[in-house]
Amino acid sequence: MIPHAGYEVITLSDRANAALPESLWLSIGYMLLAVASTAAFMSVLGMALVYVERKVAAHFQCRLGPMRVGWHGILQSVADAIKLLLKEDLVPDRADRLLFFLAPAFSVLATLLALVLIPMSPTMQVVDLNIGVVFIAAVGGFGVLGILLGGWSSNNKWSLLGAMRAGAQFVSYEVSIILSLLVAVLFAGSLQLSEIVQSQADGWWIWRGHISGFIAFIIFVIASTAELNRPPFDLPEAESELTGGYHTEYSGLRFSFFFLSEFINMFIASALGATLFLGGWMPFHIGGLDGFNAVMDLIPPGVWFAGKTGFIIFLTMWVRWTFPRLRVDQLMRLEWKFLLPLGFTNLMVAACLILTDSYFFPL
Amino acid sequence: MSDAITPPEVPASEPPKQDALVTQVIVLGLGAEPYARKADCPAVQVSATQLLPLMTRLRDDAGLAFDMLTAHTVVDRLDANIFELVYYLYSLNHRKRLLVSSSIPRENPVVSTLTPVWKIAEFQEREAYDLFGIQYDNHPDLRRVFLEDDWKGFPLRKDYKDDFMLTHVIEEES
Amino acid sequence: MTVAISSLLNRIRVSDSASGPIDAKEYFINMGPQHPATHGVLRLMLKLEGETIREVIPVPGYIHRGIEKIGESVNYRQFVHLTDRMDYLSAMMNNWAVAMGVERATNTVMNDRIEYIRTIFAELERIQSHMLWWGVLGMDLGAFTPFLYGFRDREKITDIFEETVGCRLTMNYIQPGGLMADIHPNFVTRVKEAMAYAKPKIDEYEELLSGNVILQERTKNIGVLSGADAISLGVTGPPLRASGVAYDLRKIEPYGVYDKVEFRTAVGSVGDCWDRYWVRVEEMRQSIGIVEQLIDNIPEGKFMLMKPAKKIIIPEGVYYNAIETARGVLGMVIASDGKSDKPVRIHMRSPNYNNLWAVDSMTRGSRVGDLVANISSLDFVVPDIDR
Repeated sequence: MIPHAGYEVITLSDRANAALPESLWLSIGYMLLAVASTAAFMSVLGMALVYVERKVAAHFQCRLGPMRVGWHGILQSVADAIKLLLKEDLVPDRADRLLFFLAPAFSVLATLLALVLIPMSPTMQVVDLNIGVVFIAAVGGFGVLGILLGGWSSNNKWSLLGAMRAGAQFVSYEVSIILSLLVAVLFAGSLQLSEIVQSQADGWWIWRGHISGFIAFIIFVIASTAELNRPPFDLPEAESELTGGYHTEYSGLRFSFFFLSEFINMFIASALGATLFLGGWMPFHIGGLDGFNAVMDLIPPGVWFAGKTGFIIFLTMWVRWTFPRLRVDQLMRLEWKFLLPLGFTNLMVAACLILTDSYFFPL
Repeated sequence: MSDAITPPEVPASEPPKQDALVTQVIVLGLGAEPYARKADCPAVQVSATQLLPLMTRLRDDAGLAFDMLTAHTVVDRLDANIFELVYYLYSLNHRKRLLVSSSIPRENPVVSTLTPVWKIAEFQEREAYDLFGIQYDNHPDLRRVFLEDDWKGFPLRKDYKDDFMLTHVIEEES
Repeated sequence: MTVAISSLLNRIRVSDSASGPIDAKEYFINMGPQHPATHGVLRLMLKLEGETIREVIPVPGYIHRGIEKIGESVNYRQFVHLTDRMDYLSAMMNNWAVAMGVERATNTVMNDRIEYIRTIFAELERIQSHMLWWGVLGMDLGAFTPFLYGFRDREKITDIFEETVGCRLTMNYIQPGGLMADIHPNFVTRVKEAMAYAKPKIDEYEELLSGNVILQERTKNIGVLSGADAISLGVTGPPLRASGVAYDLRKIEPYGVYDKVEFRTAVGSVGDCWDRYWVRVEEMRQSIGIVEQLIDNIPEGKFMLMKPAKKIIIPEGVYYNAIETARGVLGMVIASDGKSDKPVRIHMRSPNYNNLWAVDSMTRGSRVGDLVANISSLDFVVPDIDR
């Protein structure tokens, strides 16, 4: 793969490393910047996504959504956040207190670790690991631990049912996610996220990889929706069945941790999908058409990234507010009898495409 | 009560016409008699001991085929010292309704269950037990349905009194 | 002779006898009285093995108000006001059941205007009840959007109720002897508007939910209730018709002016959740048709034939009359002594109480998600179960 000449990736950790020989304090400054920006980004993004979700849902349902707090209810999420912070923190009787306290922290931690890897533009990335895709998949697996612990430690049968559902669902759909990620990794020839983005300088994998890239993208969207516990796969919390599932007993700040990590996970999954299949921050390029590519380059990479991620987020919201929920056994059937064989076949096809070097563009 | 709406007078001399359906039930020979009180649909009455055989027959007889127990309830006849069990049956094939009534003493209100005949009888009888204390023999699961298990007394009996009832206040006022 | 009386604790002990290794042991879980899927305060004890339901024990009674006991100390006109607190989504049909019982017992014949208006209101109420049910079914199955669609469209009809009756939920309009008041001058135009509005909405419902693969997966062959079982279990209304029994009181024992209108009874074949869904959606269409046939032809006449000041005394006897509400057959048993204006005994054969017990046999062996679909497709209104 030839990296695109126009973009040089500089991450915050690169800057900190580069500054270390000259000044220890500058390096520490970069690290602090990374920590502060990630934390701030996470909380602001969480609130923004909640607001967007509510507005999108409202307009799907022929209503307006939050309108009172601020202009078009734009401060509603802030008000809700303050409310959640001030709420009483209840611990159920005979709950496993330690695990009950740790569970939301695990969830948020997993989210945070994955968030730092997302390349939002050539200069907006905290760490760029050479095993980025594997790392995200691994820490993503950590998140379900929080859900399992939360459900187990609540001393509530409904929570336990929700947690067990989450466990089964996660283990199943993780397989499909990895299979679809592997397709993009095969195309790009790298596990490093920034390199995967650079490899799409001649066109995004969703169309350059023929039908294979497209199918992988669809599998990724379905499986990641399932892994995020979002409808139609929201069985672990299934409010009409399990009254709230694993977070039935949580209140106040701890509940908001679960809530926050769920929304940030949605962002991470969408960003990952955008990075692997829609070119990440890479503008829309068609290999060989330099004039066209130059016009596309006028739009900054950060905007491209936000647009693509936003599109996938909108897609999942659209699905959420349209579809009913699947049943437990139907969920498993979809994965093991349909998505998994499709994913394997798709991987084989992708491998054949790469061996014969028959990409869609450049011709 | 001159301003009350009263029914049109029926000449007392004319004997009430017996419905064909009632005759059909009586010729089964299972102890059914014409209903002694007035009812607005074909009605028979039967002694409590004959209730289960009669009901089984009413369901299974092809000419009657009462496959639906629409309603079962109890009327507390305090003056006669009986509980009157009222069963409304409906036949989907013949589109006919029948009232079957059976009286049991208030002191020992025991009657055999109709659960083997209609499944819904189990639950309608539970309601009757809950509110009237009718004891259904051989009932698979006789327990209260609305009130708590440790509730004292049976509230729809006419002589039921408890501390937070308002009915005696209303009676005094009127 | 004494009969053994059981208790809930005892009932659970009987079911809990199965033993096994700890990872395969069955356990009990309380669904309700506060649970989002039970639409009120219905309590179900579930015996689960993992997520498979082995047994459902309904425990009603959390909103038992003793309406039948109160009914013995109030007269018939007063009793009407209690009935719309039972099945609040069929409030006027409940009123009608009492009114009809009293009128039949006293041999009072209503004029055509009253019967027309009653029928129109009953059908409007059936439509709004089914609209709400449709939305709630969607929500129970995890799709929140239908809920708001259903409520949005129902508003148009409750607006009509508000204009004529004065309230939107527990309506008191149909009285023994006629109606509480005459219809509002806008009534006819508003009903026509609402029907013209509702017709395409029902097609929209079909587009949004009926064609959805997930909905069909969740409802087809789920909670199958055979016709014979349904009859034996006393199930009535749409669930019975979905099981293939064309039992609709509006057809079989026409009351009101149902004998003057053209409509068809929707009948299912399998008796699963999908059939119950389909039957109700079709009933909405038929009800719109009934209203449209009647609305232009409301004859002139008095709206009240019994003077409200007069005491209503029902001659001695036991009376039964039934009405087809949105949920099934509402039967009224009135026992009168012929002397007092209060009944000796008044019993409501409520459709929900009788439909409730089908849940157990429908649900055994399926998942928790199916139970929610079953409850939703039976469309319970809990105050009507408990009375």
